[in-house]
Amino acid sequence: MTEPSRSGWDLLAAHRRQIVEQWSTVAAGALAGRITQAELDRDVAEMFDALTTGAVTGQHRLTDDAYAPMRDLLADLARTRARQGFSPTETAVGVFALKEAVLHLLESLGDLELYRFFADFSRLVDEVGLHLLESFSQAREMVISEQADALLELSTPVVKLWDGIVSLPLVGTLDSARTQVVMEKLLQALVETGSEHAIIDITGVSAVDTQVAQHLLKTVMAARLLGAECIISGIRPQIAQTVVALGIEFGDITTKASLADALLLALRRSGQDVVRRQAPQVR
Amino acid sequence: MDRIPVLRIGDILLVSVQVDLQDDTALALQEDLAERIVETGAHGVLIDISGLEIVDSFIGRMISTIASVSAVLDATTVVVGMRPAVAITLVELGLSLDGVSTALDVDRGLALLGGLRPSGGLARSDAAEDAATDPGE
Repeated sequence: MTEPSRSGWDLLAAHRRQIVEQWSTVAAGALAGRITQAELDRDVAEMFDALTTGAVTGQHRLTDDAYAPMRDLLADLARTRARQGFSPTETAVGVFALKEAVLHLLESLGDLELYRFFADFSRLVDEVGLHLLESFSQAREMVISEQADALLELSTPVVKLWDGIVSLPLVGTLDSARTQVVMEKLLQALVETGSEHAIIDITGVSAVDTQVAQHLLKTVMAARLLGAECIISGIRPQIAQTVVALGIEFGDITTKASLADALLLALRRSGQDVVRRQAPQVR
Repeated sequence: MDRIPVLRIGDILLVSVQVDLQDDTALALQEDLAERIVETGAHGVLIDISGLEIVDSFIGRMISTIASVSAVLDATTVVVGMRPAVAITLVELGLSLDGVSTALDVDRGLALLGGLRPSGGLARSDAAEDAATDPGE
């Protein structure tokens, strides 16, 4: 790089405290108090040091090896910001505020020669900003996919009701992807617990169409292949009407209106019965 | 070519599939099993497929065919230990193995065979009672 640029970096290093302070203040204005000043100061100082350390080697592109620590730092920062729920603009301003801080410094010095350095410097800061944004959007996508997975997990609990009887309460809408997960989890649970009876409770399912019915039938068939019987329970009046209107045949699969009925049937099938204990006050 | 062993326990034949079935292995098993049923006069066949991880439509159909052949030879067939992934595949292939009984493991399979045939199974303790209650056999 050219001499003025070199002296420009020296100048920045010499005014570290001033720039970091200015940068932090501008960035804090954009983030509107959603992050503590101390935290921001630390982030900004770390970024400034990584940037100037990289520049000392005479390399001025963010993709250069010298900036590897800087890139790691940016990825880290993007992840944190994404998790804290900041918008892309708010995240980017955290970097672009550096330009303002440096320009402010140069203006106060009044050295025209340094403006050439600033153009060069500005390009580097833009690269940093873009890199941060890219990492930010990646981190955000990861957060979203994690949440989707978590939701899928949460929405398909397999509950053990009795020895040898498990229940699968379904909530929400059933699509192909979810049904696949539901089917796998139920079958896995049947094998792991050695249960011969499963109750699929569809009280929480908002609507049953031919596709959902098809998925349910497949699940029951697969369970049968393992050697377990399924009972479908929690069929609401409207759903019963829809099922009949659509001409869906549940065949020899037992359906019950409530989970309680289904549990009683499963108990009877496994050779148990529920009897009322003799009431003590009768004697 | 590997041959799947057919073990005799009482009047039940136990077939334990511990490898992934090849087409010719499955065909050989069908022949062996039919011969063994006739030879031993077994009344129950237990096919343990807990070692089977991959099935295609052919193997799925073979399981069904083996069960049908056994049924013709008057031996009840119970398929036990099917893995969830295999069950899902069979259902997706449209093979529901109608007419084949299934159980979660060998233990339950034996119980099921015993339950289906009170005169057969391992619990043949009283031959006289058998003869009295089931003269047809």
